[in-house]
Amino acid sequence: MKLRKNVAVSEAGLLFNPVTGESFTVNPIGVEILNLIRDENNPEQISNAILDKYSTDMATFEKDYYDFIGILYHHNLLETNEETKA
Amino acid sequence: MKKRKLNIGVTGLNAIDSPGPGVSVIRALREATSFDVCIIGLSYESLEPGIYMHDIVDRTYSIPYPTAGIDTLLARLEYIQEKEKLDVIIPNFDAELYPFIKLEPKLKAMGIHMFLPTMHQFEERHKVNLNDFGKKYGISVPRSKVLYDLNTVHSLPSEFSFPMLVKGKFYDASIAYSIEQVKSYFNKISAKWGLPIIIQEFIHGTEFNVTGLGDGKGNTIGAVPMRKQYITDKGKAWGGITISDEKMLDMTRKFLRNTKWRGGFELELMKNKDGELYLLEINPRLPAWIYLAVGVGQNIPEALVNLAMGEKVTPFTTYAVGKMFIRYSWDMIVDREEFEQISIYGEL
Repeated sequence: MKLRKNVAVSEAGLLFNPVTGESFTVNPIGVEILNLIRDENNPEQISNAILDKYSTDMATFEKDYYDFIGILYHHNLLETNEETKA
Repeated sequence: MKKRKLNIGVTGLNAIDSPGPGVSVIRALREATSFDVCIIGLSYESLEPGIYMHDIVDRTYSIPYPTAGIDTLLARLEYIQEKEKLDVIIPNFDAELYPFIKLEPKLKAMGIHMFLPTMHQFEERHKVNLNDFGKKYGISVPRSKVLYDLNTVHSLPSEFSFPMLVKGKFYDASIAYSIEQVKSYFNKISAKWGLPIIIQEFIHGTEFNVTGLGDGKGNTIGAVPMRKQYITDKGKAWGGITISDEKMLDMTRKFLRNTKWRGGFELELMKNKDGELYLLEINPRLPAWIYLAVGVGQNIPEALVNLAMGEKVTPFTTYAVGKMFIRYSWDMIVDREEFEQISIYGEL
């Protein structure tokens, strides 16, 4: 799973896709997760990083995390598996 | 080094909810680095705001509507030329391009340069010819049908599914969800812009525009794509952002290479959910949002003037991505005497 390389993520949480011109806002934890994805961490590493830092449980995190990933795919901000393999 | 000064006539000074490109074009020309300008506004109506923007337009002359005929326009331009010694005219309305293209050789002989599409290019890209245009140049376009008679609308449901677009030959487009709406828009639009009416397949997706400049030899001098972010009820962009989409730029370069387009243009594009691009319209002039291109590093109006003057122009190769334009309206306070001057004497 990779964030498209031309997607810009600001520290304040603004995502801009220069191909489509779409922009989105995410909260500070969203930014942290996006940065972890950009640094090529796998889901387990991302989960560990967030659970170490915040007081939440695995089930809650996983639900929110996969919802978030689904939204990123929906808006074409993540590369598909085929694209990543290519 | 002192820059040469050019006297440039510009139309399209209106700024209603479907604004003319004139004021944006002039802002670009005033920022040109290769020449200084004296701007002569050419107006059709006394309430075109550009007439009263004295830091934008130096002097304005009214000109006759295209319906008055080419000879009437020529006579008026001869009068203006005697007084102003114009070097270049930039027409900014679709409806006036036909007479200006026709007059190009005569105006050239008077010392007025233009950089317009040829009559063939102008006609070929017309909405009524878009199907053939797409086939000839291998560019995806929505299916369309030209109607001259209201009675023929009843056959449409067998050829198009609802919704469908009902378009005027120059301006206006409405989305129709029933035959009753098609009839209503047919009457409304044809009353304003005449016949034919164009029925076009509705492509669901996101709207994009590309503005640019072709040198008439197939080369791309400039091209800037933009996503509309805020759209008025007339479908006009009131805000937009530059994007970097290679497919869109490839389509633009293909259009210019294959047609050898001469002059400024705006492509109206729709991208469907599968990422396929459709060319909806080719506007044969610069768009009202042209100042965004200047803001991202491509002063396309300046390049157009230099091409008109026969200068060599280096193509733009880059632009800033992610820059936005946000349009606003501004109430000017104008003395009645100025309105009287342009209304009665046709000059200000």
